[in-house]
Amino acid sequence: MAGFVRSPSFAADARRAIFQVWITASDLSMTRLPIFRRIALAVGLCLGLAACHPHGSHGSSAAARPQASDIAAPKATDRGLYRVEVQPEGGAAPVGPMHRWTVRVATADGKPVPDAARIAVDGGMPEHGHGLPTKPRVTQALGDGRFLVEGMKFNMPGWWTLSLSVDAAPGADSVTFNLVL
Amino acid sequence: MRFALAAALVLTLSAAPAAAESWTGPERALIASLSLDKLGPVPPDPSNRVADDPRAAALGKALFFDQRLSGDGTISCASCHKPEQGFQDGLELGHAAGMTNRRTMPIEGTGRLPWLFWDGRADSLWAQALGPLESKVEHDGTRTRYAHEISSHHRAAYEALFGPLPRLDHLPRDAGPLGRQAERRAWEAMAPADRAAVDRVFANIGKALAAFQRTLDPAPGRFDRYAAALGAGKPAKGILTAEEEAGLKLFIGKGQCVNCHNGPLLTDGHFHNTGVPPVSNLPPDRGRADGVRHVLADPFNCLGPHSDAKPEECAELRFAVTEGPELLRAFKPPGLRGVAGREPYMHAGQIPTLAKVLDHYNRAPPAPEGHSELKPLGLSPAELAQLEAFLRTLDPEAPRKQAAEAAR
Repeated sequence: MAGFVRSPSFAADARRAIFQVWITASDLSMTRLPIFRRIALAVGLCLGLAACHPHGSHGSSAAARPQASDIAAPKATDRGLYRVEVQPEGGAAPVGPMHRWTVRVATADGKPVPDAARIAVDGGMPEHGHGLPTKPRVTQALGDGRFLVEGMKFNMPGWWTLSLSVDAAPGADSVTFNLVL
Repeated sequence: MRFALAAALVLTLSAAPAAAESWTGPERALIASLSLDKLGPVPPDPSNRVADDPRAAALGKALFFDQRLSGDGTISCASCHKPEQGFQDGLELGHAAGMTNRRTMPIEGTGRLPWLFWDGRADSLWAQALGPLESKVEHDGTRTRYAHEISSHHRAAYEALFGPLPRLDHLPRDAGPLGRQAERRAWEAMAPADRAAVDRVFANIGKALAAFQRTLDPAPGRFDRYAAALGAGKPAKGILTAEEEAGLKLFIGKGQCVNCHNGPLLTDGHFHNTGVPPVSNLPPDRGRADGVRHVLADPFNCLGPHSDAKPEECAELRFAVTEGPELLRAFKPPGLRGVAGREPYMHAGQIPTLAKVLDHYNRAPPAPEGHSELKPLGLSPAELAQLEAFLRTLDPEAPRKQAAEAAR
């Protein structure tokens, strides 16, 4: 459980801290820059913020919000040990209702992982520093490297991350998908 | 200087009221998703097999207004959930047999929420309905008293739904596991089979009350006409004023209200710490952190012996977040329909007016306990006024038809 809550908020806190340091550095350097550079920097900063917060919200996180979800294609895990494919029930993840996902995990050379592979689900909203509103988990191995994840819920629109940790014969590795709902 | 002028221009432009035709595609979709016409049918409640039985709703309605379901015969559900006031009472704290520690919640639309009460300590409407019946500061009655009342006054309607009532004439007038000492002793002295039979009647009272409450949905406001028109690509001009439209833009944008107040009921039904101050003369309130412990231990939850659901149908309970710092002092956002007519606000009525609620969110004070999810919004007084103007468009347009009907 701890991982659910702490990892996104710790990450967000760290990003916030880095962002604040960067802002401070920008402020200091501003005074020594020629006027056109200052304007360019300010415009760049505005654009950067707008990209992070399309709804024009306050800057609280420097993490780059992705333009779109990246769940359509399989992804390699961080250390390259697995390829993971995810699919929400019905094709698109809804905001509101609880729903299921299927996850397909193969080793780097394309072999499906066995049913006994351990798969943990985590996630949250990096911009808000909170985890998922539910505690989803794999409830069934469907064979051929496929697993059923139940208890998925996204209770608000915005940028969500969905992390899957895989532990099978090649070792432990994880991958994070982004959803922009 | 030129930079300052440019900046001023940008600020002026961004503060200008939005026109209906200026919404982006995603904004239109988001606004349409908030419209009441997107509500759809009430989701099934597998834990309550009479949830959608009109006979159960009729019995539930009779029970909702029946003052005999109380310790002193003067309190019904409608004493605090007043139909003519949107099924709430307008008080800081609920006041029935005594004073509660929380604000009375409105009940329209609650049949669609996974968790009930401010802290989600019940996982169905029927389990929720049982709480106030045994609370000493609400109905202040006992389980055997309620079973006797059903037997005396609602027998035919009850038996048509749930089968024959158990024999009750040998049971004490007032006995229950949560009652006063004498009532608890009387309960303990009852045979286990009698206790189980009374529990069954008690649960069925909740199920009938739930069937009635599932028929109560909020009435559409001017915003709903606007959102429905926008969603259907029809002209929406003139339904909202420019100020209200600007408020809507803030609601889904800079104000970040839609993060928690989303969907047609304008609540996500989950739990958030928003730094609401404590009330000095009330005991500490840990919100969801305690609510989740209660619901897991509740014998009337979806996994309990009186639930009609298969265990695998109890998804909310099975996948609930049960621990973690996010739960501390987190409360459920109430739906915002009719919000302007529901002063005072927050879980213990801490904030008297809508304007002061908006000021709270704008300032984002630190949480008294746990961590507030809020961050300062930097909204100007003009923007706060726009937001408030928008929230008033969520008032029902027509007189409350359901409420008028519900009130006999």
